Amino acid sequence: MFLTTRSTLNSLQRMQAIMVKELRQLSRDKPTFAMIVMIPLIQLLLFGFAINTNVRDLSVALVDQSHSEIARALVADLTATQVVHFVKTYQTPDQASKAITRGEVRAALVIPRDIAQRIGDERPLAQWLIDGSDTMVGSALLGLRNMPLTTLNSRGFATNFSTTKPTFEMSLFYNPQRVAAINIVPGLVGVILTMTMVMFTSAALVRERERGNLELLITTPVKPMELMIGKIMPYVFVGFIQLAIILGLGNIIFDVPINGRIDHLFFAVLVFISASLTLGMLISTVAQTQLQAMQLTVFILIPSILLSGFMFPYEGMPAAAQWIAESLPATHFIRMIRGIVLRGATLMDLWPDLLWLAGFTVIGLIVAAKRFKKRLD
Amino acid sequence: MLPDIAIETKNLTRRFGDFTAVDNVSLIIPAKTIYGFLGPNGSGKSTCMRLITGLLLPTSGSIRVLGMNIPEQTESLRLRIGYMTQKFSLYDDLSVIENLRFIAQIYNLDFHLGKQRINEQLHAYELDQRSTRLAGSLSGGQRQRLALACATLHKPELLVLDEPTSAVDPENRRDFWEKLFDLCDQGTTILVSTHYMDEAERCHGLAILEGGKKRADGSPNQLMKDLGAQVVEIGGDNLRQLKQQLIADTNVVSAAQQGTHLRVLIDNRIEHPQQWLQQTFAELMQNRSINIVRPSLEDVFVHCTGEGRQ
Repeated sequence: MFLTTRSTLNSLQRMQAIMVKELRQLSRDKPTFAMIVMIPLIQLLLFGFAINTNVRDLSVALVDQSHSEIARALVADLTATQVVHFVKTYQTPDQASKAITRGEVRAALVIPRDIAQRIGDERPLAQWLIDGSDTMVGSALLGLRNMPLTTLNSRGFATNFSTTKPTFEMSLFYNPQRVAAINIVPGLVGVILTMTMVMFTSAALVRERERGNLELLITTPVKPMELMIGKIMPYVFVGFIQLAIILGLGNIIFDVPINGRIDHLFFAVLVFISASLTLGMLISTVAQTQLQAMQLTVFILIPSILLSGFMFPYEGMPAAAQWIAESLPATHFIRMIRGIVLRGATLMDLWPDLLWLAGFTVIGLIVAAKRFKKRLD
Repeated sequence: MLPDIAIETKNLTRRFGDFTAVDNVSLIIPAKTIYGFLGPNGSGKSTCMRLITGLLLPTSGSIRVLGMNIPEQTESLRLRIGYMTQKFSLYDDLSVIENLRFIAQIYNLDFHLGKQRINEQLHAYELDQRSTRLAGSLSGGQRQRLALACATLHKPELLVLDEPTSAVDPENRRDFWEKLFDLCDQGTTILVSTHYMDEAERCHGLAILEGGKKRADGSPNQLMKDLGAQVVEIGGDNLRQLKQQLIADTNVVSAAQQGTHLRVLIDNRIEHPQQWLQQTFAELMQNRSINIVRPSLEDVFVHCTGEGRQ
């Protein structure tokens, strides 16, 4: 009896020793300590504020061929729903669909010349050309199909228009069956490349430091920029292997089409891989241990999944979240790859995102090379 | 450029916050010699070497290495020096020959010269049988040979070795030093740090460091000759007790037990230590052998590092 009590007490004391040691170490590891607070805080804010499946303020174009009072009233009714926001006007449906391909607008409303006639015939008043490559955006616009015509009614244009008849004819481009995989798979390229590319390189310099290799390297004639580029290059090939796996299987198993040009796709991926590797390099010059590098990678990864437009449409986010999204390479890339793969857009159509990623790479590499000192102090 | 001086520092000081790691150290290290830094852990040996190789910036003081101003000309110095870190810093997951090839390319050795040099080094450092083994699976002695082979692959004029033998057994240490003498014979200046007395004694010149300060420098023989104390060996029983009583006297610099006798350093103020001991400690010295012996480097080390130790 005495022995068991004694051994229990001993066991408790040993556990306590480990517990106290663990807490001491934890409180001295500042980055981990910061993570304990930052992760719930940021996740809460991201999920609470930024994630909004209730899409609003979609940028759309108007092609008004009737130039009538009815058309203006219809536009007023649509604007009142706050689902769409007319940012462009075009003369022909063709111009509007090119703007959709470029990703400038998510949809275009084509109001035909005979709109007044259509009201009388109880035919759909106008046609929506919709970018279906983002299923959530597509759904939000499809929700407008039976929209009540408040303004039109109040002005006496459509008093006898039956509420059961569809107001609009909907033309869903690129993903007419609204298959989730078609939306997800190209975006997944962005998420997976962010995950692997940033992770590989974020640990790269830290690993050399931890294993003691760095002290030797910095006494050699190797230049910081040579070290950075030399470390990044092999992973470019790794990135292309991943791209081939995702899009190849996506095409075979999920029938995800590749509508755009392959060379444009490769160039876009190349620029994005470079930007992600550079981001990893930047982390590597900040982190002191491989664990810290991993934590910082997660820190980049979570917003890259939630805010990049991969899971939730960019349009549904508040302004602050959109700013954060704009600063992530994944946001720009997901826009590009959906444009190229699903809408058949070219690099010329997507030049702002391309330029952003290229600029990020160049500036990031310079900063990383500058931050990396060939000294120990 | 003075061809006969490889390294010259003047009033070299480096602080980390309010801790002074290297304190006002002035050194002149002649070319084509083996020069040692002897000192306990934390005496500033590594920091001094990192300052000389440009890995750390000095807080004050000047450094000239191979006729170049450091840290300004560090990048041009890199091609002319080889540096071996205290911890093994080659790639564990690369083989012996892959590590050598990597270093050859980093130093821009052309393909044929590089190949030739690698073969020479593999042979000289007895690694040709193990060229495909991963560096991580080598023994301590083999790793040190590989590290030295890499550090000397580009035939540097100056070789800086930070405690190269701290993880090596005595036999491998002796072999390692043979290699250093070969290199020195070929005209390489070698700066090496150690806390082993026998290694320090092999150096042409020596600086004894403690607490970041230079306590003494010169050749080992000169240092032993200039020792400001005489060495007495006292035999007999109860040496622990004897030691306690002796070191209380201010003329006794130090006393250390070595097996069956006590090695006592007595300040040069005392002209005849044997007589002095018998007079001052008459009772204690009964039935004991008292002999004056030749000083060793350890005595020098103990004598100049005694003060300021915590």
